[in-house]
Amino acid sequence: MDAINGFAYILGDDINTDDIVPSHTLTMRDPHEMAKCTLEFIDPQFVKKIDKGNIIIAGENFGTGSSREEAVNVFKILGVKAIIAKSFARIYFRNLINVGIPGITLTWDENTFSKGDNLVISLYKGVIFNKTKNIKVEFAKLPEFLTNILNEGGIINQLKKMLLK
Amino acid sequence: MSKTVAEKILLEHSDLKEISPGQFIECDIDLIMVHEQLGGRIHKEYEKLGIDYVWDPNKIFFILDHWVPAPTISAAQMHQDCRAFAKKYNFIHDMGMDKGICHQVLPEMGFSRPGMLIVGSDSHTTTYGAFNCLSTGIGATDVSVVFATGKLWFKVPESYKITFVEELNKGVMSKDIILKIIGDITTKGAIYKSLEFHGIESLSIDGRMTISNMVVEAGAKFGVFLSDNKLENWIQKRSKEEYNVIHPDKEAIYEKTLEYNLSEITPMVAKPSSPGNAAEIENVEGIEIDQAFLGSCTNGRIEDLRIAAKILKGKSIDPKTRFIITPASKEVYITAMKEGLLDIFINAGAVVTHSTCGACIGGHMGVLGEGEVCISSTNRNFVGRLGAASSQVYLASPATVTTSAIYGKITDPREVL
Ligand code: SF4
Repeated sequence: MDAINGFAYILGDDINTDDIVPSHTLTMRDPHEMAKCTLEFIDPQFVKKIDKGNIIIAGENFGTGSSREEAVNVFKILGVKAIIAKSFARIYFRNLINVGIPGITLTWDENTFSKGDNLVISLYKGVIFNKTKNIKVEFAKLPEFLTNILNEGGIINQLKKMLLK
Repeated sequence: MSKTVAEKILLEHSDLKEISPGQFIECDIDLIMVHEQLGGRIHKEYEKLGIDYVWDPNKIFFILDHWVPAPTISAAQMHQDCRAFAKKYNFIHDMGMDKGICHQVLPEMGFSRPGMLIVGSDSHTTTYGAFNCLSTGIGATDVSVVFATGKLWFKVPESYKITFVEELNKGVMSKDIILKIIGDITTKGAIYKSLEFHGIESLSIDGRMTISNMVVEAGAKFGVFLSDNKLENWIQKRSKEEYNVIHPDKEAIYEKTLEYNLSEITPMVAKPSSPGNAAEIENVEGIEIDQAFLGSCTNGRIEDLRIAAKILKGKSIDPKTRFIITPASKEVYITAMKEGLLDIFINAGAVVTHSTCGACIGGHMGVLGEGEVCISSTNRNFVGRLGAASSQVYLASPATVTTSAIYGKITDPREVL
């Protein structure tokens, strides 16, 4: 995965899977319809405000709750390129990597990121360059095992290659 | 090197000679549980792989439980997708929609046994940890990987040792223990950890399942109990398969060690809108409720229904309050029927439903309206989880839920027992 270039969208602590995709949307067959309801209870403007190429910056325990992968998939549909959080819920983190969205664990504050900041992330170097603030922030690089999955665009692509061998 | 239960079971399922916490490893999966997620996302992911088989149709436990019988056309279509998939890939253990909630039915049928490594398309798959095995929730893509290969990657977790001493007092249940633990360590306090429970002898199997069920609300990956005679008797009644009981090594290394004196635990309630919002019942007593719900994979078991019937017998529920009771499985339902518990519930004014997730997920049969307040025996009280975004949910034990239904407000069960 090359450098990821995008704009910061800030969310809070403990955003759970039921916030991201409310239960009532789970029987919808069209994922795009479901994506229209993303975060509808806690940030009703989210779907209107999120742009393709946004990078979500969240607080602690992002994605806590259910195993529903829809909670990752809606962000993919909405064009989110990466998610940076102070911490991730376990299943959510797995789902992100498996689907091919980088999840970066990093402690941050308003001096590091604000809404709309232009960020460039290098997964290889473990560095985020905040162009707007002109600062560099380092993070713990993902293990090679996980970056390999991201490089393939998700674990399904990786598996497909393996099955063809 | 000395090992915890989680390290032993993961090592056993890998092809490595040694493992340690933090390491990424690949493991063989003994059993995978899938429910409606199969029709939601898994089938589309799997089709992308272009293979016409699953690794072992005998190791897949498939059930419809979340929205049964289908309340909407879209749910019915999801079920159609699920059934078609199960048929196409020849699933042997297809439970259909009449058996009840996955996490109750799978153990009842003897599928969770000591030493196993089980995954499921549901975060509360941790429930099976009560049976001295490792089990955890995964998403749709991970399910596809297991279907294709029978293997999955894991990060070996650090373990917390939680020891129970003494016994619970009357009117206090294992739900109160786990609400207390989550309140203490917070909803992020055990992310990626394996919680290993010691000092378990006084707890029933039903009660242990409630605790393992909710460890995920503290972020944990596993919630594994040691084994004892009570567990072995339970398993031998339900399975003829062989199993290996797993004990931790004496010198096993734990990242944290906690002890709980059960005789000091009092009825607990998790206030809206987080399972970690724990409060002792004194702090919430008197809050008026519109609905009480007794059910789910957390607390819809026979022990839970028995205590509810004991409290309700000869009484009736508050006329302005609705009480919905959903047995966690058909087996629980039939047992409750034979024991005359259903009569007590219905005569007291409760509504007894088919075994389903139903009200727990705001799906059907008990969805909350705008601004309504509910006390619930379930595991999550997130915003909108049981219905309208403005509704408020308090999580509590079956005893507290039932007592509150009688008085129409949150009430300490020790007052009636
Ligand atoms: S009863 Fe509730 S928590 Fe349990 S599996 Fe069903 S929806 Fe999930």
